[in-house]
This record gives sequence, C-alpha cells and structure tokens, in this order.
Amino acid sequence: MKTGMLKISPGFEEIMPPEYRELVDNGPYGKDYGIGDLGSYKELLEEHPLCAGCGLALSLRLTLASLPMPEDTVIVGSTGCSALAFPQVALHNIHSLFGNQNAVASGLKRALKLRFPEKEKDVVVIAGDGATADIGLDMVMQSWLRREKITTIMLDNEAYANTGGQESGMSMQGAVLNMAPTGKKFPKLSLPEIAHTCGCAYVAAASPAKPKQLAKVVRRAILVAREIGPTYVQLYSPCPTNYKFNPKETVSLIKQREKDGLYQSKEYISQEAQAFLESIEVKK
Amino acid sequence: MCSEKQKNRDTVAELLHGLRNKAFITGSEAVAEAVKRANVDMAIAYPITPQSESMHLVGELFAKGYIRDYYRAENEFAVMAAVHGAALGGGRVFTATSGPGTLRAMEMFPVWAGARQPIVCAFMCRGVSLPPSIQPENIEMGMLLDTGMLMLHAENGQDFFDMILQAYLIAEQPDVHLPVGVFADGFFVTHTREEMLLPPEDCCLPPYDPGFAPVPVFDMETPPMRITRDPLLNKSNFISGSANASWHQEVLAAAERARKHIAHFMGGLLEVENPGAKIFIAASGTAVSQSREALRMMQAEGMDAGLIKIKSIRPFPASELSKALEAADLVVVPEFNAGGWLAREIRASIDRNHRVIGAPRVFGGMTMPPWLIVEEVKKALGAGQNRGGC
Ligand SMILES: Cc1ncc(C[n+]2csc(CCOP(=O)(O)OP(=O)(O)O)c2C)c(N)n1
Ligand code: SF4
Ligand SMILES: [Mg+2]
Repeated sequence: MKTGMLKISPGFEEIMPPEYRELVDNGPYGKDYGIGDLGSYKELLEEHPLCAGCGLALSLRLTLASLPMPEDTVIVGSTGCSALAFPQVALHNIHSLFGNQNAVASGLKRALKLRFPEKEKDVVVIAGDGATADIGLDMVMQSWLRREKITTIMLDNEAYANTGGQESGMSMQGAVLNMAPTGKKFPKLSLPEIAHTCGCAYVAAASPAKPKQLAKVVRRAILVAREIGPTYVQLYSPCPTNYKFNPKETVSLIKQREKDGLYQSKEYISQEAQAFLESIEVKK
Repeated sequence: MCSEKQKNRDTVAELLHGLRNKAFITGSEAVAEAVKRANVDMAIAYPITPQSESMHLVGELFAKGYIRDYYRAENEFAVMAAVHGAALGGGRVFTATSGPGTLRAMEMFPVWAGARQPIVCAFMCRGVSLPPSIQPENIEMGMLLDTGMLMLHAENGQDFFDMILQAYLIAEQPDVHLPVGVFADGFFVTHTREEMLLPPEDCCLPPYDPGFAPVPVFDMETPPMRITRDPLLNKSNFISGSANASWHQEVLAAAERARKHIAHFMGGLLEVENPGAKIFIAASGTAVSQSREALRMMQAEGMDAGLIKIKSIRPFPASELSKALEAADLVVVPEFNAGGWLAREIRASIDRNHRVIGAPRVFGGMTMPPWLIVEEVKKALGAGQNRGGC
C-alpha cells in the first residue's frame, strides 16, 4: 500500500464515516500489531452480522489480527457465513462464487506478481469447510499441486451453516444434520494430511480456543506462502446456531473436544519451510 | 506483453487501419496472431476441441515472451475463475473454450460482467451433446445471451483476428468495462486456412491501465480500502435489494454504451448488402458466408434479395435491423444450431415478425449448402403466394 493512500482529502474529514476516520487514525496498516494488541487499535473487522457465539467470527477476528502485513494483503473468500462478514472487513477482499476461491486466488496472485514484481502482496483464501473440502476441493488441491504461493485458511464449522446446517465432508461420522437424517455415513475428511501430500510447505490445524497458537500458525502460513509455496491452515470454529449449543460455550466445547481426543492441533512443516522459519524467527 | 521487438510500436490506429500483409493461415493461427498483438499479461488454458490448437499457439507466445504468464488449469470453471482473479488484480487476460467447456464454466460469465471486468474470451463453438458432437454448431451462444457479456460473432478467420483486438479496445473503455466473448463456428473457422490481412508483427495494443477502471482494482493500492460496507446481497431488505438492482442496471447500461464503441472500432453492429431488397437473408457467423453464395444464386435468378450480416449479438442491433428490414417482405435466418436463437432475437426486434423464417437450421456436423437457404426462401415465397391467393 502506498503510504498516505488511506488519507482523507482535506475538507472531507467531517463527512467520512467515523469508523473510517478511526481506521485512518488508528488502524493496523503498516504497524506490527498482533493479537496481544487487540483492544488498543481499530480492528479490520467491525459490526459483522454473524450470530452470537459464532466460532467462525472469532476465528476470523483473530486471523485478521494476525496478518503479518495487512496493508498488502488481499483476501479471497467464498460463499457461506463468512461472506456476510467480509463486506465489513477493511481490506480488499473478493467474493466470487461458492467453491472457486483457490482458482480466483491463483489468477490474482500471479497478476499481482506481474504488476508489483518488487513488492510482496499476500493472497490469503479464507473460506468455509463446504467451500474448501467439498465443492471447491478440486480447485483447492490443484492450487496446491501447482504450488501457487497462496495461503488457504478453512473456517471449519463442520457443516454448511449458511444454508441451514447440512452435512459437509468435514462433519464427524455419525453427526445427524440436515441431508444426513440418519447420521453421516463416512468420517471427517483429513484435509491437513491431504494438504501435506499435495505439497503444501506448511500445514496447521488450530482453533480460537488457543488464540496465541492460532496467531502463530496463521502468521507462519502466510510468511511461508510468500517465500516458498502453498500453505494450509484449518481452524476449528464451531457453529452454535446449527449444532444447537449455548453460544456462551463455543470455546469450552472446543476444549472438551480436544480433551475427548476428537480434535487436535497439528503442524506439518517442510524442511525448506522449517529452515526459513528458523531464520526469521531467530532473527526476531 | 509486448515483446522487446514490439516496444516502440503500440498504436491502435496502425493495428486497425495501417498497412497489412497477406498471410495464409487457419482461424486458430489467427487467434494467436491477434493475441500476439494484444499485449496480454496472462492467458490460462484448458484443452477442448476445436479450441486446443489456438491455446497451444498462445502457449508458444508465452514461451517466446509475448505473454507474461500462462498455465494449463484444471477445468474450464477454474480457468474462468482464475482469469477473473487475474483481471481483478489488474491484468489483461485471454482465454478460450468450446461447447462443453463453455457450459462447464457457465456460472462464471455473469460474475465477470457483474464485477465489470474487461476479460476477452474466444469461443470456438461446437456441439454440446446429446448425442455427443464435436462438430461446428453455435447453440452455446444462445445460452450466453443474458450473461451480461458482450458477444461478437466472426464470419471467418479475418473477422476472428480483427474482433479479438477490437474486443480489448471495446471491453476496456471506462464507460463499458465489460467482458467480451468473441465467437467463431468451430472447425469452419478454426481449422480452415484462408488468406488474411495482418498488421505488422511489431505493433501491439498499449498496455491495459486498471487505473481507468470504473471499479477499484483488488491490489491494496487503490482506494477505497473497504470495497463494500454492508453487503449488496444476502440481506432481505429494500435498501440492499435496490442497491443490487441499480448495480445490475448499470451493467446493462454499460453494454448499451458499448454500441458507440462497436460502431467506432468495427464500423457498426451489422452490415447490409443490397439495402433496398424485398427479400433478406439475415445471419451471423459462418452462416453469413453460406448466405453470400445463396444471395448470388438468387440474384442470378433475378430475385430482389439482400443480406444482413450481424456482427454484434450483444448488444443486439435491434433498431438497425428494424430499419433495414422496414420494406422487406421476407427475412430468412439460417443458423448452425437447432434452437434458432438468432431467429428469435430478430423476431423480437422487428414488427410484422411473421416475415421471419427461422430456417434452415443445421447441426450435428451437417453442412449448410447455399441451395438449402435458397430453397427455404422459395418455400416461404410459395407459401406466401398461397396464403395471398386464399
Ligand atoms: C453453486 C452453489 N451451490 C450451492 C450454493 C448454496 N450455498 C451457499 S453457502 C453454502 C454453504 C457454505 O458452507 P461452508 O462453506 O461450510 O460455509 P459456512 O456457511 O458453513 O461458513 C451453500 C451450500 C451456492 N451458493 N452456490
Ligand atoms: S450459522 Fe453458525 S457459522 Fe453461521 S454465523 Fe451463525 S453461528 Fe456462525
Ligand atoms: Mg461450514
């Protein structure tokens, strides 16, 4: 982002919406903020319409607060609950169609590389489990196989939430959901392992129950994508509305699942990515 | 990208109206010749007959440095999504497909138009099954009429070459900024060698400047930072409904504004031969060439016949047609598809539309011999006389 691009033209300060003025005065662009700074600056996401206690909203908020370079990050989303939040995100973000996010991101990343050869532009895909593991799985995997330098983040609520709670490939076996009236007949897809096999240089599974861990893996994934190749992050983000639990219990539910051995955080790092991360993390 | 050799020559006038040299090439080669001069940043390909050869040649252009990025994608939907992403990022893009590929990618075309992206895509039209056919047939055009993209229909390789360059010029006008599909009937155009006139190799279009786009580029360099606040879609209330509708109206209005640019760069949306005639054949694509022969046969028999070649299908030259056909008694519309979309369009554009005969319709790999068209004219005239005599 060019410095000063955000600036309000003199005389227009009064008529700009207050939240925009706040972004100009106290936004995260060009600053080295992390999740530890939440509450002290104007966040990229505001007034989103997602449900109370939505795990996905929490993951999205933490993800946006963990971007290493928000001022040069373009997000590609997909149809689903998060698409309702993205118009409230103060970053360039694309909503094209349901499932085509990794194909759009491939073209976008390459075009930005051509236009800004000297500058890093992070392209980050943020989409639901249905978008990533079902309808868009071919394009997700093909972008990994082609070694596109993009980060793919799945907001995994284990269902098609936006259309009313249907079974997805990421739902647990046996879960009774719409379109799975007698329970899901096959296991949850192991996308982190598939990502690893497909050549992702960095793969992680995390959740907003451990915000520091979430922040670390998102940051690592984006930095590795910039330097080495495709990366994948899966964020377990339960949906109180469709799974019908108390919205206050989103985080405790994740912790319980972890205790029961039904959810675990993961990290696969290629040798090249490991060496790269060591070099920058030591430096820091 | 203009190659090193092209660096100093980038004038539109020279490309469109300058001296040209003869070349004896196929339609597929003509596509590559156009792309070579179009200063394209990125092309993405997925093979399908009869498109493949042209995208192989475009790949060779990449290898030679005329295009800055090129790859084989995973399917046509992904191709159309990826060129969309590249266009949103500010690149000039090119791709092409045919029949089933067009249908596979269908969901993307209205997105291109809705996002106001000046993507140029060539369509080498073919059958779409069932029964399976790879033969020339342009039914896919009928399925794309309301996707919001502009649609130009080439009669031959020369048209295909010219229309691809013209497409970029029209698509990128700030008051248009819409995708353009350039259509040719597969095989008849792509696989036929004909003499064409090409501008010198060392001139190319000026680069695309996304700074003139009426919508912001997604590069975090172009204000506003927040592209939308409160979604245009997804909310069931009057404000978002009317915001969505007015955006859509603007897409349609942009297509209307393209008319003057089509007139400027292409000399009009249609061409009329023998304007005062009582009998007309109206056609687009290769059916025009067949109609030219039919016209010659009819004129040799002393019939007062004329020909209308429709070059722009979207926007459609409704008022031009209505005017050109004011005094006509009969309009025969031969088509290379079973649906008859062109006849339908013409019927919807002129008054006394019982004058329109939607025939012959040729498909499944059959040819359209000129006598078939003449026969339809005579049949219609005979039927008219019978009717008149009752
Ligand atoms: C081609 C297509 N098919 C189906 C839909 C309907 N649809 C919209 S959102 C959605 C579910 C999204 O699920 P997921 O990606 O998991 O996101 P979530 O809403 O759970 O966050 C579906 C099925 C669509 N928009 N487009
Ligand atoms: S339906 Fe579920 S995933 Fe969607 S916004 Fe509500 S809580 Fe979040
Ligand atoms: Mg989901």
